[in-house]
Amino acid sequence: MNSSGIWILAEQKNGQLNEVSFELLNWATSLAEKKQQSLTALVFGDQLSDAELQKLIQRGADRVLHISAAQLAVFQPEPFSACLMERINCEKPEILIAAATTTGRTLLPYVAGKLRTGLTADCTKLDIEPESGFLLQTRPAAGGNIMATIKTPDCRPQMATVRPHAQKPAPLKPGHLGTIERWNPPEELLQSRTRRVAFTPSAEERGVQDADLVISAGRGFKKADNLSLVRLLASQLGAAVGASREAVDRGWLPYPAQIGLSGKTVSPKVYIAAGISGAIQHLAGMQTSDTIIAINSDPEAPIFQYSELGICGDLFTILPLLSAKIAAMKAEDSAKGGSHE
Amino acid sequence: MNILVLIKQVPESQAIRMDEKTGTLIREAANSVINPLDLHALECALQLRDQSNEISRLDCLSMGPPAATAVLKEALALGADQGILLSDRAFAGSDTWCTARTLAAGIQQLGKYDLILCGERATDGETGQTGPALAALLDLPVVTFASAIQARLGGWEVRRLLEDGYESVTVNGSALVCVLKEASVPRLPTLQGKRKARQAEVRIINASGLSLPLEDTGLKASPTRVTTIFKPSHFKQCERISAHDPAGAEQAVDRIIHLLCEKGAL
Ligand SMILES: Cc1cc2nc3c(=O)[nH]c(=O)nc-3n(C[C@H](O)[C@H](O)[C@H](O)COP(=O)(O)OP(=O)(O)OC[C@H]3O[C@@H](n4cnc5c(N)ncnc54)[C@H](O)[C@@H]3O)c2cc1C
Ligand SMILES: Nc1ncnc2c1ncn2[C@@H]1O[C@H](COP(=O)(O)O)[C@@H](O)[C@H]1O
Repeated sequence: MNSSGIWILAEQKNGQLNEVSFELLNWATSLAEKKQQSLTALVFGDQLSDAELQKLIQRGADRVLHISAAQLAVFQPEPFSACLMERINCEKPEILIAAATTTGRTLLPYVAGKLRTGLTADCTKLDIEPESGFLLQTRPAAGGNIMATIKTPDCRPQMATVRPHAQKPAPLKPGHLGTIERWNPPEELLQSRTRRVAFTPSAEERGVQDADLVISAGRGFKKADNLSLVRLLASQLGAAVGASREAVDRGWLPYPAQIGLSGKTVSPKVYIAAGISGAIQHLAGMQTSDTIIAINSDPEAPIFQYSELGICGDLFTILPLLSAKIAAMKAEDSAKGGSHE
Repeated sequence: MNILVLIKQVPESQAIRMDEKTGTLIREAANSVINPLDLHALECALQLRDQSNEISRLDCLSMGPPAATAVLKEALALGADQGILLSDRAFAGSDTWCTARTLAAGIQQLGKYDLILCGERATDGETGQTGPALAALLDLPVVTFASAIQARLGGWEVRRLLEDGYESVTVNGSALVCVLKEASVPRLPTLQGKRKARQAEVRIINASGLSLPLEDTGLKASPTRVTTIFKPSHFKQCERISAHDPAGAEQAVDRIIHLLCEKGAL
């Protein structure tokens, strides 16, 4: 079992790398340093430009392997897994890290199933065990009530998915050099029994999982009309709008906005929870956010225990005031001719 | 055509706590329930059967301790035709790969299914890995994050909820589909269904009833090992501001703005 090399699975859309690709480089750089191994970024797609691939090298990849074919422009499990397995079997990487996106969460377990190896989903911390050199994978379990550290002692590659936004993108490494390889897989690896026949972009400007700032609304909003408060604030701040299940079940916000156990898991830089009590099922989807701000009229609301900043007050007072101040700040800024954006 | 729904028995979510002294899990004698998303998967299957007379059988399969017959009985009460439980001490300690391997052996035993439905993830392990791994082991195409499923000529059409929108995919032939909550609204059992379920037998298959080498089962065959379990330090030092009067509200809003600027969000 002579495996070596740290691999990440970068993601792209329409030929542009997604930000999570650079976060993955950040996750993997320290692992590659600790293990003294090279760092390879894999990118599936249809003929990405050198300039785009070079971005991965500028942020730490020693090698970029672009797996390129028209059939690989958007994710389909079978061709992606067939190509990935072919490369894994040829090159025997020791570690493979992907993002816990809809792609990573589908492709990695499929490949792990075929290769008979271990995979740990949704990790919030990765490290190398000093004695053994094994990958230590830490993830929340039981609705975030406990953390478990997991390893894969005997099977290779050791695989993990990590939550988007749980790390910053890797910084630029001036002078870092690397190679770009392009591989056009043979036709037989590109067969797929599934086929994308339509795609409808979401109406929301930004999905909650892509956003650095999420503002979520709960039952405290009392009725659908009041959601305009959170929409206004979100548009001012370029934030995505999230929701508790109570808000979704009442039809105030669509299901794709639901955050929690039976919705999405997010880890933005800042998460604002307004009129949300902080039920364990909601916390399961957002408690790994970098900074949490809660606005709730009930001083006993559990959400406060998970927040950096807890505003105990009426959201119908706080949110309009906040919007007004931000609007005033922006007006002042543009009057001065200097904008922060 | 036959449909199989995979059902996992999970503890009601709040029931898991941690013994901070020993660092072990306390699984209280709490209620076990059907994994919530599996109810949505079952409902999708029931609706597909209601819509088409080509679907002749709807089975439910679970792997777990003997007590998991309870969730299969529940599935029978809701309208499933047959409940099958894979249960053996040899299966204990399985990780997701091993669970998928065991379920795959069970399915090979049971026969051919045109559609296999799973929940997207379970509330206890929350890995969401079993479905795709099982599809890989059965060499079936997998469709994850499904928010709607329809039968179409020679296969299925599935709508998927992705980060940036909805995708529609078609599958030719059999497939394994992992469903989200949005895929259906689960029905309640009828009195008649409950009566039928009381009389029905859950078929139990143990390790010797599967063509599964013993070295592929349980903890020892699992690629992953849990090394430590600990309590997360998520109880944060919360800075509290009481904003019940105008001055407090002003202060609160200034503090939010300050924090947003500090974090680069403004
Ligand atoms: C299996 C299962 C899965 C679940 N999955 C999810 C999930 O994915 N996501 C999820 O969110 N929930 C989920 N839930 C539901 C969860 O248990 C809670 O019921 C839900 O999160 C509560 O939503 P809420 O906080 O909006 O409502 P509530 O708990 O009713 O809280 C409303 C809060 O608003 C505050 N409030 C009221 N008025 C004001 C005001 N004027 N100003 C400020 N604050 C005000 C109140 O003090 C209260 O704290 C799940 C439950 C189960 C059993
Ligand atoms: N032991 C099991 N028995 C039956 N189905 C299971 C089992 N474990 C997982 N599943 C199925 O796989 C889905 C995802 O589970 P998990 O990978 O544990 O998050 C569940 O919703 C079930 O449909």
